[in-house]
Amino acid sequence: MNRAGYFFNSTKGLILVAIVMVSVATAIFGMLSGPMAEWGVKDLVVRYLHMDLKPAERAGRIIMLYHTIAMAVIAIEVYMITSAVPMKNYQQTNINTVVTIGYLTTMFFGLGFAYWGQNWAFHGLFLVGLSLMFFAGLMLAVALNPWNKDYRITDKAYAHTKKGMDLERMAFFVMAVMTLISAAFGAVTGSFWGNGHETFLGEDIIREADKTALQKAIIGHLHIMLTLIAVAITLVVGRWLDFKGIFHKMAMWLMIPGTIIIAGGAWSVVWTHSAHTFIYVGSVFVMLAALFLVIFGWKKLINDRLKEQNLKRAGFIKKIAALVHDPIKFGPLWQMVFMNFTVSGVGIFMAVKLDEIFRVWPLREERITLTGHWHILSAIVATIIIMYYADISGLKGKARKWFGWLLIIGSDVAFASVTIFSMKRLMVVETAQQQLMDTTMILADLGLGIVLVLMFVLLLWRLFDLFKDNGLWRKETINQELEVNKTAGYIPAFSKKSYSTKGNEK
Amino acid sequence: MKKNILALSLVLGMAVACNTTPVINREITPINTDIDADAWTRVTAGNFYYGLHNKDSVIDYNYEMMVTHVTNRQYVKFLKEALDSGKIEIKSDSVYGWFPGEPFNGFRHEEKITAGLYLCMPLNVPGNHISYHNNEFSIVPGFENHPVVMISWFGAWWYARFYGYRLPTEAEWTKAARGSDQRAYPWGNEIDEQTVNYIHSTKSLKPVLGTKVVRTTPAGFYNGKKYKELQTIDNSSPYGIYDMAGNVWQWMADDYPRVHYKFMRGGSFSNYAHFLTIWSRNSAGPDYCSFNLGFRCVRDAKTTTGD
Repeated sequence: MNRAGYFFNSTKGLILVAIVMVSVATAIFGMLSGPMAEWGVKDLVVRYLHMDLKPAERAGRIIMLYHTIAMAVIAIEVYMITSAVPMKNYQQTNINTVVTIGYLTTMFFGLGFAYWGQNWAFHGLFLVGLSLMFFAGLMLAVALNPWNKDYRITDKAYAHTKKGMDLERMAFFVMAVMTLISAAFGAVTGSFWGNGHETFLGEDIIREADKTALQKAIIGHLHIMLTLIAVAITLVVGRWLDFKGIFHKMAMWLMIPGTIIIAGGAWSVVWTHSAHTFIYVGSVFVMLAALFLVIFGWKKLINDRLKEQNLKRAGFIKKIAALVHDPIKFGPLWQMVFMNFTVSGVGIFMAVKLDEIFRVWPLREERITLTGHWHILSAIVATIIIMYYADISGLKGKARKWFGWLLIIGSDVAFASVTIFSMKRLMVVETAQQQLMDTTMILADLGLGIVLVLMFVLLLWRLFDLFKDNGLWRKETINQELEVNKTAGYIPAFSKKSYSTKGNEK
Repeated sequence: MKKNILALSLVLGMAVACNTTPVINREITPINTDIDADAWTRVTAGNFYYGLHNKDSVIDYNYEMMVTHVTNRQYVKFLKEALDSGKIEIKSDSVYGWFPGEPFNGFRHEEKITAGLYLCMPLNVPGNHISYHNNEFSIVPGFENHPVVMISWFGAWWYARFYGYRLPTEAEWTKAARGSDQRAYPWGNEIDEQTVNYIHSTKSLKPVLGTKVVRTTPAGFYNGKKYKELQTIDNSSPYGIYDMAGNVWQWMADDYPRVHYKFMRGGSFSNYAHFLTIWSRNSAGPDYCSFNLGFRCVRDAKTTTGD
């Protein structure tokens, strides 16, 4: 298999390509806002890339950008799921092929439409890309069918029913089905575009008393899609860490109904004000499931490290040292905990104090808090993916430690700073905020800068590796699936393939 | 040692972040813009495009709008006259005025605005350039022709009512800002620090205003005149109205059913470009005051009394 084969025919190569795509999009389009605009970088990018940025089209551009980046992230999660969850080889191949064509089509033509003049053929192809993603999702749901008897649980350590149905598989299946329905929820609304439905950003209409059903549907859609992306990565991390035992059993029983209730709650926002109640109930279920994963994971990290050190007994300090020994594996679980301070905590606080605090502030300030907390959730998911990819790449030794800790510290400093920035009115009167704003903005830029530099270094390393005949890419071509213990009915995902040994290939 | 340095850095960082001393209202360089803040301009009846999606709309009457925001000088004049005539009162370092109330629909998040005394302007507070001591109003030197800020919707409503004017509706404001085309900003489709006071203008304004903390600029500042090194570009709307975007937000008149919020237009010195677009809105309760929020008035075209 050559390099092109590695990129588009192996799970690890596909993940790398998608990460590169997200990174390139983030690097280019991140230069159009924030400090980059202030420093004049935006003007240079716009001029040299011949972008066409009409002020009236800003909302549309942002919507396209969200969708294109989201599709690449969803593709990464799909690659991970098709590799980690048992399914037939042909199913994995078909799903990965369609999802790859789907997200690349979405990205190229969506961004082309949004930023380089509104060529409507591009918009049509953007929709083709989204449709392919949906079709891949349908195939994924079929492949994840939890009632398939081939995938009955044989190892009783994993959550299952009396008949042996794999509950983790069910959780993945439910997540996939809820995602499909939620995607359709947005797509149906989108189909009214220009015919009763107009482009808008959710954060701009929060205070309007009369929201149309289409507007409410879009608000439900955007919230649930991000939530389901977070549910998916939680399940993937569970498999990465070989989540099992009593915590796995409790977590899966919570994750399945939780996912359904949250999704139902988000859809019901069109019809009822009680939607939030459903969402809160579902969130408690899902967040408890995530908490059980964190407890299991931390325990496992401690035990594994103590075992490595041949320590049968250890005090508190040694246990903590064991827990944080490997930042790449500690990181995803920590980010899930940290999320409670910067996303869930903020969301709950906003809901409880909405009329008392946030609706007293001007719309613009409420808007900052809203957009801040969902950007942070997206970025937390991204950092977890990066950590998993660093692990997949076999990052070792000091490089692994530096990479992991800088990623955790850099991203968390940025997320905490953004959270403080968005809640600044709770701490400082408006006229005295400048210093706090300057400090938090510098820290946020610094933290995000560290994350971007780390990504750059990681990708540069992988780029140089591609020039080696016997580099990592070749090893990943041979061992191309994620190294995880599967819950049930293990069928080697790519056992059918035998690789040619033409030329330099081995 | 390393641990000590880290701990010290953290403490210093937190100390910097937590320094919450309000910026005291400082004097700034007085600037003559040559724009008459007492001037009005006629906005003629006709079609215009409303909002982001350019809804074809019409206003079938002529009206007049203030060429600039209401300034500190104008507002102090009002405060003196209204206080003398008993229309407003001062309690606990704040100006209050009576408001007849608005219909209440009991909608979600809606708050009751019943008849009663409401805050018009807090006095002697950071951010406000008007102060009140020994029964005398005064303005921080240099800010006389800057837009009045720290003014609630009630304070703006009272000013307009006192002189027989009114606050503009969002439709009136849009037509006055945009004319009959689909431009993004009152002056056209491009934005830069020579044209408007917004978040990127700080650097260019510091030497002109002679202050490290840049906030408001004088009413009508961006009119093509050169101030020291800063050559401004005229930012007037098709009807010759200045600062319809930037400088400070402007209160609107509209009382929409089922919400108690009052809306604002135009963006301010603290906002990015997209908040300065003609379709961009902000909102808050009518008693909200901010150092980036002011107003201007409209009046019926035939009315020539008042100011």
